Amino acid sequence: MRWQMRAFVLAVSAAVPIAQACAQPNANDDGQWTMPAHDYASTRFSRLDQINRDNVGRLKLSFTFSTGIVKGHEAAPLVVGSTMYIVTPYPNYIYALDLSQDGAPLKWKYDPKVAAAAQGVACCDVVNRGAFYSNGKLFFNTLDNQTIAVDAATGAEVWRTKLDDINKGATMTMAPLVADGKVLVGSSGGEMGVRGWLAALDEGSGKIAWRAYSTGPDKDVLIGPSFKPFYATDRGTDLGVKTWPPEAWKIGGGNVWGWISYDPDLKLVYYGTGNPGPWNPDQRPGDNKWTTGIFARDVTTGQARWYYQFSPHDLFDHDGINEQILITMKINGKPRKVLLRAERNGFFYVMDRVTGQVIAADPYGNLNAALGVDLKTGRLIPNPDKETKQGKVVRGICPASPGMKDWNPMAFSPRTGLVYIPHLNLCMDYGAMEANYIAGTPYVGADVKMYAGPGGNRGVFTAWDPGARKARWEIKEDLPLWSGALVTAGDVVFYGTMDGWFKALDAVSGKLLWQFKAGSGIIGQPISYRAPDGKQHIAVLAGVGGWAGAVVAGGLDPRDPTAALGFAAATQDLPGKTTGGGMLYDFVLP
Amino acid sequence: MAVALVLLSACDREAREVRGKPLPETAVAAQTSQLFPAGGTAGPIDPRAKMYEGNAYHIAEGGRLYRQMNCVGCHANGGGGMGPALMDDQWRYGGRMDQIVASIDQGRPNGMPSWRGKLTPTQMWQLAAYVRTLSANVAKDVAPSRSDTMSATYPPTLAKPKPPTDSDPAAVKGPAR
Repeated sequence: MRWQMRAFVLAVSAAVPIAQACAQPNANDDGQWTMPAHDYASTRFSRLDQINRDNVGRLKLSFTFSTGIVKGHEAAPLVVGSTMYIVTPYPNYIYALDLSQDGAPLKWKYDPKVAAAAQGVACCDVVNRGAFYSNGKLFFNTLDNQTIAVDAATGAEVWRTKLDDINKGATMTMAPLVADGKVLVGSSGGEMGVRGWLAALDEGSGKIAWRAYSTGPDKDVLIGPSFKPFYATDRGTDLGVKTWPPEAWKIGGGNVWGWISYDPDLKLVYYGTGNPGPWNPDQRPGDNKWTTGIFARDVTTGQARWYYQFSPHDLFDHDGINEQILITMKINGKPRKVLLRAERNGFFYVMDRVTGQVIAADPYGNLNAALGVDLKTGRLIPNPDKETKQGKVVRGICPASPGMKDWNPMAFSPRTGLVYIPHLNLCMDYGAMEANYIAGTPYVGADVKMYAGPGGNRGVFTAWDPGARKARWEIKEDLPLWSGALVTAGDVVFYGTMDGWFKALDAVSGKLLWQFKAGSGIIGQPISYRAPDGKQHIAVLAGVGGWAGAVVAGGLDPRDPTAALGFAAATQDLPGKTTGGGMLYDFVLP
Repeated sequence: MAVALVLLSACDREAREVRGKPLPETAVAAQTSQLFPAGGTAGPIDPRAKMYEGNAYHIAEGGRLYRQMNCVGCHANGGGGMGPALMDDQWRYGGRMDQIVASIDQGRPNGMPSWRGKLTPTQMWQLAAYVRTLSANVAKDVAPSRSDTMSATYPPTLAKPKPPTDSDPAAVKGPAR
């Protein structure tokens, strides 16, 4: 099918990435890791090069730390000065470890006392994707919808702000991003009919500066005179109301549970919105704006600058929440500020981040749910054979609901010019049925059953060349890949597998250079930092779970293929391959 | 002769309470612990249990409610998801009919909502009876003989019964507070 899509994209074959990520603040890597994505451009690229292709094979365990929690550990640890910070899944403890001492002993622990009932409305395990450090404080979200600021030195609480209600089905799982004195946070709950939002809280006080909803009238979405979307289909008044059946936007989803990037020069934040609710598409005719798309917003006012919809009238739960990497690329000889996105719908997008124009959109794996992206209108071209419908089971849809790639972030190396994408190769059967809205309960309306795509492997690790618009190499992984990627200036790439292998590959060739077996499956985000001992370290949280690992973390019964919204069918073998248990692993050269 | 056979076999049919007996709208108070200081037992099961569990109509009604009230969204078709699996043999708060009704009525602290005031006790009993079919713990002649789902799950009549145990999968439980 791949050859068909080429027809729809403009020729940008002359595009060659210029070997330089967005300069700020990555330019001067001080060896810390203060935010999950490492930098505002979200490169997850470490400039440390002590560990390289030649010596990574000698990497040894330096210390471990047990979180005492058996749920899915998706977070990236942070390192600030001589302290490492870990935020856990529910009950969302924060641990501070003293890196200046042997064995990194515990410095303090913070317990936010999260409502236990929140576990019952978290769609896909009770995960948390990390904290953010800024100006002496740590910021993080709790499963029961609070954003909390903690003094990084002492663990004392500075402020907490409640943002939503578990009785509406809302939770918070994403990692905040702090920019321009504001803490940006968003909601989870796309499977509960939660109306999604992104909020900006004052960094000092926690007071809400602005909140932008993903559905509803323009005043709620913060769409005003400065809104200049690139494509005509996104222009008009109150499209967040008009592209829905009456009132449906109030329970329409579009949650902001993924990643935010920030361009300090343009003063714009970029983030995506989740799936529309319910999954059954026949209950919500229309484009369902502003779900499954990407917003660029002014960080100071929250006003939208542009928007692009990856999956208008989403048919498959293809949330648009994945990360975007901000780089400058030379396209047809001209350097352009772009963003790179490996989208859940199966296309790798190169977009102009000033205007919102799609420059290229190419499939990066097995895909039949869509036929391509029309670059004239920007619109995804659905495959009529795979359109989901109420009362009908559509079989063999690729990619499945978690998409070609879910939340777990990719990394970009300005040295190789490649994007390293940990992703999935899953297809599904999808039977849509009428969903009944009861606040605080699931609003889905779909029986889903997932399984491995062509080739039989459920995970893929792809090195994608955004300039050439094709994969340089790919590694097939048996289990779904649910961990983030890390790439370093030593030209080593790291990621983990769901059966607990932590792997180091040659960033140029993809050759496996080193691996370590952790006690539990890895779905966390690896980091690289310089410790007080002057050495480069690599750290990652193990602890299987998340949507892909719910069958283990939730003790589910995989004899029911629809368990965990259909993911259980694709991971029936996981309970025989790994067990839960959160543990931080830290590695260093001897 | 044929008529006689039909009549005879009809005699063995279950007693159908098509509408359900009018019942006092009171919640059940089943005990969920197996510990009884200085001795004791959980006591006999609520007599209503047998009537609901042995009745195809009530089980079918429970199945309808299981979908309409979105139980299916959390517990899937028995395998679980946001909530625990219901087709296995592990029951944190007990797998007896009256214990399941108590869980539906009261809710449970780690995420099970309380449906008191939203469902009638009759509906809770019907739901509990349907939930028991997911682990094949009701009589085969009253369980639905085909799957209620669009995806291929075995109908309860083909599944092997999984009698409830009072165990608690460590991975499911939230940390002690």
